[in-house]
Amino acid sequence: MKSVRISFALALILALAFVSAPKADNHQSQSLTIVWAEWDPANYLQELSKDFTAETGIAVDVIQIPWPSFQDKVFTAFVGKSDLYDIVIGDSQWLGRNSQGKNYINLTDWINENIDVDAIYGPAMTAFAEYPKGSGTYWALPAEVDAAGYVYRKDLFEDPKEMAAFEKKYGYALAPPKTYDQLRDIAEFFTRPDDDLYGIATWYSKEYDGITMGFQQVMWSFGGTYGDAETYKVAGHLNTEDAAKALEFYTDLLQFAPPDAPNYYWAETLAAYNSGKVAMAMNYFAFFPGVINPEVNKISHDKSGFFIAPAGPKGHYISIGGQGMSISSYSKNKDLAKQYMKWFMQKPVQEKWAMLGGFTPHKEVLQSDTFKMATPFNEAFAASFPYLRDFWAVPEYAELLEACQTNWNEAISKIKSPKEALDAIARKHEEIFEDAGYYDE
Amino acid sequence: MSDYQIKMAFIMPTMILLILMNIFPLLWSLYLSFHRYKASMPAAPRFIGVRNYARLLQDPEIWGYFQTTAYFVVLAVVVQFVIGFGLALLLNREFRYKGFITTLLLLPMMLSPVVVGLFWRFILSSDNSGLLNFFLSPILKSPIGWTTHPKVAMLAVVIVDTWMWSPFMMLIALAGLSAVPKYLYEAADVDRASAWFKFRWITLPLVSPLLLIALLFRTMDAFKMFDIVYVLTREGGPGTATETVSMNLYKLAFRNYNTGKACAMAYILLIIIVALSNIYVKYLNRVKGDA
Repeated sequence: MKSVRISFALALILALAFVSAPKADNHQSQSLTIVWAEWDPANYLQELSKDFTAETGIAVDVIQIPWPSFQDKVFTAFVGKSDLYDIVIGDSQWLGRNSQGKNYINLTDWINENIDVDAIYGPAMTAFAEYPKGSGTYWALPAEVDAAGYVYRKDLFEDPKEMAAFEKKYGYALAPPKTYDQLRDIAEFFTRPDDDLYGIATWYSKEYDGITMGFQQVMWSFGGTYGDAETYKVAGHLNTEDAAKALEFYTDLLQFAPPDAPNYYWAETLAAYNSGKVAMAMNYFAFFPGVINPEVNKISHDKSGFFIAPAGPKGHYISIGGQGMSISSYSKNKDLAKQYMKWFMQKPVQEKWAMLGGFTPHKEVLQSDTFKMATPFNEAFAASFPYLRDFWAVPEYAELLEACQTNWNEAISKIKSPKEALDAIARKHEEIFEDAGYYDE
Repeated sequence: MSDYQIKMAFIMPTMILLILMNIFPLLWSLYLSFHRYKASMPAAPRFIGVRNYARLLQDPEIWGYFQTTAYFVVLAVVVQFVIGFGLALLLNREFRYKGFITTLLLLPMMLSPVVVGLFWRFILSSDNSGLLNFFLSPILKSPIGWTTHPKVAMLAVVIVDTWMWSPFMMLIALAGLSAVPKYLYEAADVDRASAWFKFRWITLPLVSPLLLIALLFRTMDAFKMFDIVYVLTREGGPGTATETVSMNLYKLAFRNYNTGKACAMAYILLIIIVALSNIYVKYLNRVKGDA
């Protein structure tokens, strides 16, 4: 009984001590939470933010969420009006939904007063910060500007025997392709299933925006579009002969990819390339540090070259990647967040960001030789910039994306013909726009 | 305090929890199913009558998801029933290490479905790096597209679900088998009854009520198939070949945030599951009556 009393007294003392403990000093514990997807650039940002902490004493924590659940987790936090995140580094497509959904704060006046917009690459500002497009209303600042690009095996491309055999078969020299026809030839040439070697790894996956990001640049380059950006009419723009030819081409390319390729998105294409299974692979430039890292890529880390996505018969367009930096409406640290963003956009910080491996939106830094020489792929990345295009960024983008993902994946799986898939997407997209009131007078 | 007050004091915490966590969401989602509402947008719910239900029921794609789900439920539950009951018959006798083997067989159903999906993703990888294709490579000309071929992908999902849930069928069937009185078999032996006769007229009638309960649980669970499809076939691919109703419901609710429509779909799913369960329960009562 005595021991029970002693235990009870101890528990009471501990409880009192806990209740009466002084609260932490707010000035000492100022901190910012940034949420981003789990990938290398987020590590670079965490590293970069140490300078901000050293300058201001404000701690910065970059929370990383695995890509497949990134959007779901952030959006669920928004629905719950959670103050968990101060700064959200989100996809360009999120702009419409999160600006109209009042999840991002309007930064227009603050940006005009505090940020040198002219120093930022214009298309990046449009893609990652502005909604509606062309309105001059800003909800973000570009953080990481990315593009889809290609890596190739230089040891294969520059092998004299391979070069001679290729030239004999196709009548022109083996080199990084400039057109989609050349890309197909090279992919076909290197497809040797008996040696477990395939021509190409590109995105066909139904996960998130996989096949859409992979195929849309082919569609645009073949002459197709998603629709009229003014009227939001889709029929006759998306389901055209040009777009059908593009989808036929993209489906045909699958025969030169590894058997598991219908499931490929960025992680799988990277793994296929690093394991020596393919001669060429498409990926976002931000993932290419993994290609030149000898610990990750033991086969071709020092034998890899990079080229920009090829041109099509009717144009040259490349899928934009990357994210913009926005402030959550539910953050309790909005002023600190603005302080951080202002600091981040300074030229010296952007230079360090680029040196760490981040893809800067800062015009001068982007065009500098220092940036282009910093990695073997930066030059191809900088060359991709004039050709970047984006998916719809309207609030209904997720539904529009879903229709594309499902139908294009059905087309490459031969469940639907290219024409059927495109007609189905056009029908669905117009239904979504109609429901959302885009066609109301 | 009166007896009534004491009773209420004990019951109320549970009642409040039940109302907050179960009854309120159920009623709120029913309310939302008649409204145009997106949880991600600030606009308040707008009443649109039964339009969400009408659009869902008129959408051929939604019927396609129901067909896919029905195909999966029938195939998976039948295969699991046959394997589970077969294993239970094998285990319903005394042999060395019986307890150890039974425990081993029960392991799959104790794992998380996401973990199961992930490691089967490696086993069923559609190139030769997949374990199954690697073992089959000496006899196959080209690897099987377990998760990439539209006609094979559903089979892959059924294989994984069967691996995971056949032990559940086995466990329930084993419980039923061990409860069958031994003297019935002894009497049948005296009458020189055949093994088939004993199975058909002793084992099956006495075990069938428990088997029906196992079938009921598995059918309800299979109808809600989500996790394995999400992980193994990447959100129901290729195309929509393995996209179940629950998978589509998830996308509708948490990716598109089409909350009103998603609530309507959840109610359609609920009605179907309740109807199916009722059929089972009626049949169960009939079987019990016969027994």
